[in-house]
Amino acid sequence: MVYPETGRAVVTLLERLGVRVGFPAEQSCCGQPFFNTGYRRATEPLVRRYAAAFRGYEHIVTPSASCAAMVREQYPRIAARAAAEGRDDGLTEAVAEVVPRTYELTEYLVDVLGVTDVGAHYPHTVTYHPTCHGLRALGLGDRPRRLLERVKGLELRELAGAEECCGFGGTFAVKNAAVSVAMGTDKARAAVATGAAALCAADNSCLAHIGGILTRRGAAVRPVHIAEILASTGPGTAGGPEGAAR
Amino acid sequence: MTGRPVPLGMPSFPRAAAVSTRDARLRANLKHATGTIRARRAAAVAELDDWRQLRAAAAAVKERTLRHLDHYLVRLEERVTAAGGTVHWAADAAEANRIVTELVRATGEREVVKVKSMVTQEIGLNEALAAAGVRAYETDLAELIVQLGDDLPSHLLVPAIHRNRDEIREIFRERMADWGRPAPEGLTDRPADLAEAARLHLREKFLRAKVAVSGANFMVAETGTMVVVESEGNGRMCLTLPETLISVVGIEKVVPTWRDLEIYLQVLPRSSTAERMNPYTSMWTGTTDGDGPRAFHLVLLDNGRTDTLADTVGRQALRCIRCSACLNVCPVYERAGGHAYGSPYSGPIGAILAPQLRGLAGPLEESLPFASSLCGACYEVCPVAIDIPEVLVHLRERVAEGGEATVRGTRAVVRPARRHALERRVVAGAAWALDRPELLRRGRRLAGRAARFAPRRLPGPGRAWTDGRDLPEIPEESFRDWWARTRAQESSQESSHEFSHEFSHEFSHEFSHEFSHEFSHEFSHEFSHESSKGGDR
Ligand code: SF4
Repeated sequence: MVYPETGRAVVTLLERLGVRVGFPAEQSCCGQPFFNTGYRRATEPLVRRYAAAFRGYEHIVTPSASCAAMVREQYPRIAARAAAEGRDDGLTEAVAEVVPRTYELTEYLVDVLGVTDVGAHYPHTVTYHPTCHGLRALGLGDRPRRLLERVKGLELRELAGAEECCGFGGTFAVKNAAVSVAMGTDKARAAVATGAAALCAADNSCLAHIGGILTRRGAAVRPVHIAEILASTGPGTAGGPEGAAR
Repeated sequence: MTGRPVPLGMPSFPRAAAVSTRDARLRANLKHATGTIRARRAAAVAELDDWRQLRAAAAAVKERTLRHLDHYLVRLEERVTAAGGTVHWAADAAEANRIVTELVRATGEREVVKVKSMVTQEIGLNEALAAAGVRAYETDLAELIVQLGDDLPSHLLVPAIHRNRDEIREIFRERMADWGRPAPEGLTDRPADLAEAARLHLREKFLRAKVAVSGANFMVAETGTMVVVESEGNGRMCLTLPETLISVVGIEKVVPTWRDLEIYLQVLPRSSTAERMNPYTSMWTGTTDGDGPRAFHLVLLDNGRTDTLADTVGRQALRCIRCSACLNVCPVYERAGGHAYGSPYSGPIGAILAPQLRGLAGPLEESLPFASSLCGACYEVCPVAIDIPEVLVHLRERVAEGGEATVRGTRAVVRPARRHALERRVVAGAAWALDRPELLRRGRRLAGRAARFAPRRLPGPGRAWTDGRDLPEIPEESFRDWWARTRAQESSQESSHEFSHEFSHEFSHEFSHEFSHEFSHEFSHEFSHESSKGGDR
């Protein structure tokens, strides 16, 4: 909702690669914040909505690793529990239909489209934070890195402690704000230490958290979604490190 | 004698952690200790080509054993009894403490030596023995530091991980004399000197003790054999020198056969201390004439375990072999420290085990399932593949929405936690709105127009975000509006009149009627209730 430039970048990028893109207006939030806070039953209508909104599409692509993980890991569980509690009403089947076709963006690019060079040009220093759901739930592995390495002009810098959680964790960020900010501060320090102009990740929620700490600290490194880097075709295009603060 | 508090009425995790994360020395001690072991564990595990298969086998054997626990426990009892031991069954902590206290009293002794054991921490055995006039001496080095320092353990394996060498030297200097042989003159903080001081202090206790109390890492059902895995040799002394040995063991520690045990003796040391093989592995079966203790008592403890077993999602926590790998990789544990978890079981496993063993009994237990960012690092390293994030979310559900659970052997419906009532209303409202994307789109457009008035810091609950972080800037045009403007057929040019009309119409009819009314009612009720009871349930 808050990051339209990411959505625009995904559309620009996919269309450049020859994909016909649709955006069903009936879609909404995947429900992860509710489910992960313990509101499984309240999540069910959003699961139904997702399954209905994306029925019939060949591939469903999201620029958020944690949303993709929510759909792939939790939707089948939620449907199974709903069925066990007598509220199936076609949910299991609807979920089974959309789950295998749901991809995180970098997965879709590398596995389905089979590209690593997406024709991007981004002449900046970048450091990459592999978010927890991308790393451990989806097993994205080196896909994002392979994509970034083929971007013209981009210099990739190693992030110390890259695989450690940034501390966002959905409602954890407010329920356990002290620990969350302590974790985010360490991540922000590591990002600053790379000297990179941009901190890149495949999830805007984590970037909002780390970015909020970076701007509070007055740091120069800018959080940028990987889609914006991959969509970029030169210094003048949107998504540069000089863009809006997260 | 230690007046160690029984961990009841502890503050909730967020409150305790807000204090401990500011403790710079604690943070430094933990960062150093967990950072070192993390890297060594990863290397020790990477050496094995068949780690994945070992892990799968370790999980499967435990899972199958737990499903037939009654069968294996009865077999274990038969074999232990046949080998000259005596088996006692304890339903809860009080019963276990009573049994052990009576057994010690019957020997006429006033002191016991102890092998490090989580389960005796869980039941508060040392305190129960103290109340009966029996002194319990901890003989594990880190456990000794905790006991001398009148402290609580903060790690499964290294209970004094929150202390550095300098602090340990001070504790030895000041407190050893109260418990026996004083610290040597001019004690330095060199690890070798500290270890030597502990050795001298403990040696006289090993030689004098007539009764020992231990736990066990494993119990082999087919032969009735107990297994204790330790690194210092103190356990071996306690298990062989005294005349009477009393072992208190959780019922989930049974494995069917020696072939099953083999798996755990491979995965445990690598996960725990990053060693290829464990240094001191002691095994005994009942009693043996002329060798070791003449009397052996096994106290089998339930204390919430069968209740946990009845939960098909939560019961995987009972596979735990207490290796502590999940604590060592946990970024939350590293910053909050073990004490914030308010239980001997800290870190990720503590966050799912304590609320199950004790039930969601109070603010602390209710807060523990939320003490995680769900990053999944714990699941990744766990040698018995406990999906800790899955169990955390499952327990959050019980707190937030309520549900069925087994409490003291009886199926019961758990009511959602009272302190989450307000949150439930907010979630209901948000889920309602998210199920109406068109409504959201308009609300979002309104927010975009008002963006320049956005505050840098929020009041009320929003402060939890803005105290440490800035808010994202809200761009003027949303993605949906951009899409509609550039691609789709539909118009995005509704007038603000139409917008406010429809929005307020829908809002007042559904949202405000069903939601706001209850919200305001619950809100005032909730808060007056909580404040009148000082925030307690
Ligand atoms: S939960 Fe797994 S990783 Fe954690 S202590 Fe238990 S066995 Fe080890």
